[in-house]
Order: sequence, then C-alpha cells, then structure tokens
Amino acid sequence: MTETNTPIVDYTIRLADDSLTLGHRLSEWCSNGPFLEEDIALINVSLDYVGRARMLYAYAAETENQGRSEDDICYLRDTREYRNLLINELPKGDFAFTIVRQFFVDTFNLLFYTELLNSKDSTLAAIAGKSIKETKYHLRRSKDWMVRLGDGTEESHNRCQAAIDELWDYVTEMFDMDELETGLAAQGVAVDRTALREQWQQIVKEVTDEATLTLPDHDIAIRGGRTGIHTEHLGYLLAELQYVQRAYPGNTW
Amino acid sequence: MPNSEANLEQLEVDFQARIDAEERIEPKDWMPEKYRKTVLRQMSQHAHSEVIGMQPEGNWITRAPSLHRKIVLLAKVQDEAGHGLYLYSAAETLGATREELVQLMHEGKAKYSSIFNYPTLTWADIGAIGWLVDGAAIVNQVALQRTSYGPYSRSMIRICKEESFHQRQGYEIMLKLANGSPEQKAMAQDALNRFWEPSLMMFGPTDADSPNSAQSMKWKIKRKSNDELRQAFVDQTIKQIEVLGLEMPSKDIKWNEERGHYDFGELNWDEFFAVIKGNGPCNRQRLAHHKKAHDEGAWVREAARAYEAKKKARAEKAA
Repeated sequence: MTETNTPIVDYTIRLADDSLTLGHRLSEWCSNGPFLEEDIALINVSLDYVGRARMLYAYAAETENQGRSEDDICYLRDTREYRNLLINELPKGDFAFTIVRQFFVDTFNLLFYTELLNSKDSTLAAIAGKSIKETKYHLRRSKDWMVRLGDGTEESHNRCQAAIDELWDYVTEMFDMDELETGLAAQGVAVDRTALREQWQQIVKEVTDEATLTLPDHDIAIRGGRTGIHTEHLGYLLAELQYVQRAYPGNTW
Repeated sequence: MPNSEANLEQLEVDFQARIDAEERIEPKDWMPEKYRKTVLRQMSQHAHSEVIGMQPEGNWITRAPSLHRKIVLLAKVQDEAGHGLYLYSAAETLGATREELVQLMHEGKAKYSSIFNYPTLTWADIGAIGWLVDGAAIVNQVALQRTSYGPYSRSMIRICKEESFHQRQGYEIMLKLANGSPEQKAMAQDALNRFWEPSLMMFGPTDADSPNSAQSMKWKIKRKSNDELRQAFVDQTIKQIEVLGLEMPSKDIKWNEERGHYDFGELNWDEFFAVIKGNGPCNRQRLAHHKKAHDEGAWVREAARAYEAKKKARAEKAA
C-alpha cells in the first residue's frame, strides 16, 4: 500500500492499471455483443488496451528492477494496491454504458497521449505514439455510436442519457493531479491532467449536442483510485483476473 | 411436363460434369436444389460453430493466467468471430440471410459443432481446445479448401491460414503445462482425456452411419470421408501426445503395422448422438447465452437502423 517505487515506476503502473481494468471490462463483451461485428470491434479495442497495459507493466518491471515480472505486478497485487481511475473499473453495464464510458475515456486518452508524446521519458513517449494511433480509431467508433444511440430511438437515447448521468460522477478524477504526478510533470515526464479538462469538455459537449444528449451540471466527483480506495467492483474483477495465479502460485503459464 | 424434366436431367448431367472437371460452382450458376441445401446447411453449421465456439473460450478470457496468454486468446476468439462473419457472408450467396440462419439455430433447427456443448473447466481446456478442436477443424478444413462451392472454398482457404496459429497457441499452452508442476501436468492430462473422444467425433459418424456422405462426396462438397479425416487427425495427434509426454487418453491406442495407422478403439457413439440431441452438459446454456445476447442487442440494432433512416431523410430533405 505504501509506494516504495521510484515515481516513474508508480506513474507507469497507474497508467497500466487504467488500461488493464478497462481492457478487462471490454473483454467481457466477448460473445455478448449486440451483433457479430460489434463483438469483433469490442474485442479489438480490448486487445489494444490489454496490449498497452502489458507494455506499461513490462516497462515498470524493467525499470524497478526488483525481480518482479509484468505478470507479478498485474496478477499479484490486491485491491488496495491497484491504482487505476475508478471510471475504468465500473462494471460493463449495457451497451450504452460501455459506449459512453469509451467515449469519455477515448476523448481523454487522445488528449492525454498527445501530451505524453512529449514526455522526456522516451519509453513512455513511444508507448504514447502507439496509443494515439489506436485511440484515434477508438474515438471515431465511440463518437459514431454516441450519435447513433443518442439520436436513434427513444430507448437508445434514454439509455445513453442514463449512462452519461451515472458516469459523470467519475469524470473529474481523470483530471486530478497529486504530488507524484505534479512532480513528474515539472520534470517534463508526466502530463498535466488539469490542463486537459477544458478541451475535453468542449469535444464532449460538441458530440453530445449532436447526439441530442445533455451533460449534467452537478459537480459530484467520486475519487479514490489513485490511493487505492476503489469501488467494491474492483475486488471481483481482480478475483477473476488473478484466479489461476492465486490458486496455483509459483507456476509459469 | 416431359420437356422440362428432360431439361432438368440435362442440367444435372452438365452440373456433374463440371464437378468432375474440378470446376468451382459459383452463386449464379445453376445447381440442383439439393446441392444448394446441402452446401447451405454445411456453411451455416460451420458459421454457427465458429460463433458458439466463442463461448467456451470466452469463458477463460477474463481468467487467462498471464498477460501474454490473455492477449493471444483475445486475438484467437476475435478470429473465430471473423470466421463466423465470412461464413455467414458465404452462406448469404445461397440466398439465406444471417438473421434467418441465426433464427433457425435459435429454434433448434440448425446445428453447430457438438464439441462446444462440453464445458471448459480449467485453463488446460483452453489448451486442449486450441490443440485438439482447432487441430481437428484444420484437418477438415484443409480438405474443404477444395470443396466444389466457390465461396465456401475461398473462405476455407482464408480461414485455414488463421487456424494454424490457433492450433499452435493451444499446443503451446499444453506444452507449458505438461512441463510444469505436477498440478499443471495433471490439469493437462485431464483436459486431454476429456476432449480426446469429443474431438474425434467432430468428424461425424463413421462412414457406415453417415447416410448423406456418398452424395456429398459425389458433388465434391466433401472431399474426404469422415473416417479418413479422423484417421489422419489421430495419426498426427498421437505423435504430439508423445512429445508432450502425456499418457495416451485411451488404452486402445496402438500402432497397427498392417494398416500403417494408429488404432484408437471404438468411440462412444451413443454419447455423440445423445449430445447432438441436447443431452450435452452445455447445450441449453450455449443457446440461451446466444439468444440472450441477441435479444439484449435488439435495441442497439434498432437504434442503428432508426438513425440511418433519420440521416437519409435529412439528406433527402436537404437535397
């Protein structure tokens, strides 16, 4: 629970946890999509997220140089040690919930990774470069779906609006800075998240307007992921994710 | 009407001549109604199998034991979904829509491979499915690359390229387990034992009990008999079991010098027919799962249609 690593390792693990938990949620759509093309697309996006998580865990493992592997970091930490933003761990919900979350996070990621491209840490910058390409495609998809669902039928509109209202509580945390990230940002390694909020809001507003959807004006902000205070959902996600490693410790697979 | 009967007879003769000359039959060509039905049934069954097969494998995506395994499994299941898509598209060339084919499966009138009615209970089962089930599918599909219906043949050529990667991923999982801890090795052995017979049954009943086979062979929809394909699979797989260092899944497996093939004993066909009829551990679950996803997705499909209609109406108004 205490952060014993160097700031860069901790920062990298945060980003990895973000990608992993969301990739996991997307993978739950396998064989559950509304039609076959969507199954394929959702698995594809999931693959990008899990692939990104793997690159980040591998980099964290290499940089900390404590004998932990990428899998040790991913599979052998418990809820209180996970550092992902809460928005990523929420259950997959219905298709509208998944799309709205993707749209919020994809928009964020496009802005975030575009900035991370300038990181003085060359590995993080390289991972950002790959992530931007993927994210552009992700965002095109989630944006199209936002408009289709928002401006589709009454049911799809209502489901989308309900998802926006629920997810809004978790948006602010994406833009939070703490001591660790402020320090790294000052060194030119990390991204200043607070600076992304305005542009994020503008893009999201444009799309929701086109989709005939409304953004809430309340300012509830649920936070805690970065200090290991998660929703109750994460424990189950990890129980499933880590089951084999925990049940048969010490083996390689 | 003797005239048209004579005509039909001539058409059938010409059709068979084309088949005998190894020509591919294309969607707009004349074909006997029974040929069309047989090819359509086979393609639809194949497409459904790819799609239903996503469930037993998907069952382990969230629990895959390492990041590497998770990524490979995701990619594999994504391929299976893609295979389902090509095959549904190929089937559409014979005049049946995907919706109709899926509807028939939901009504229990169209089948999928019986192997997917068995549960995936441990991680080793994912290895066994890749290795044995995809392995058996490849043996079958390599032969089908030369099947007489053009769109089916071409989708098989495309699918075969990806399947060999699938089999390798399965075998690699087994190799790791077989050389791992005693618990892992036991897990691998158990998966082999459970999936062995069902994967041999994927080739269908013995030639003696396969009433439609002769006509399908004559039309070159099938290129090799069920028993021939099964034997080829057994011969290649037994060597792989030896390399893995696992025990043979049946005491009847032995080399038959005279035949130049491995004997593998009698399979339990009563079980095969029982599972086809719905007595497998997962029949009800697989169909219910597919129906549920389909039903829950109805509002999404409807929204997409409604949006397209609105967009079109707006464009027309603007024009």
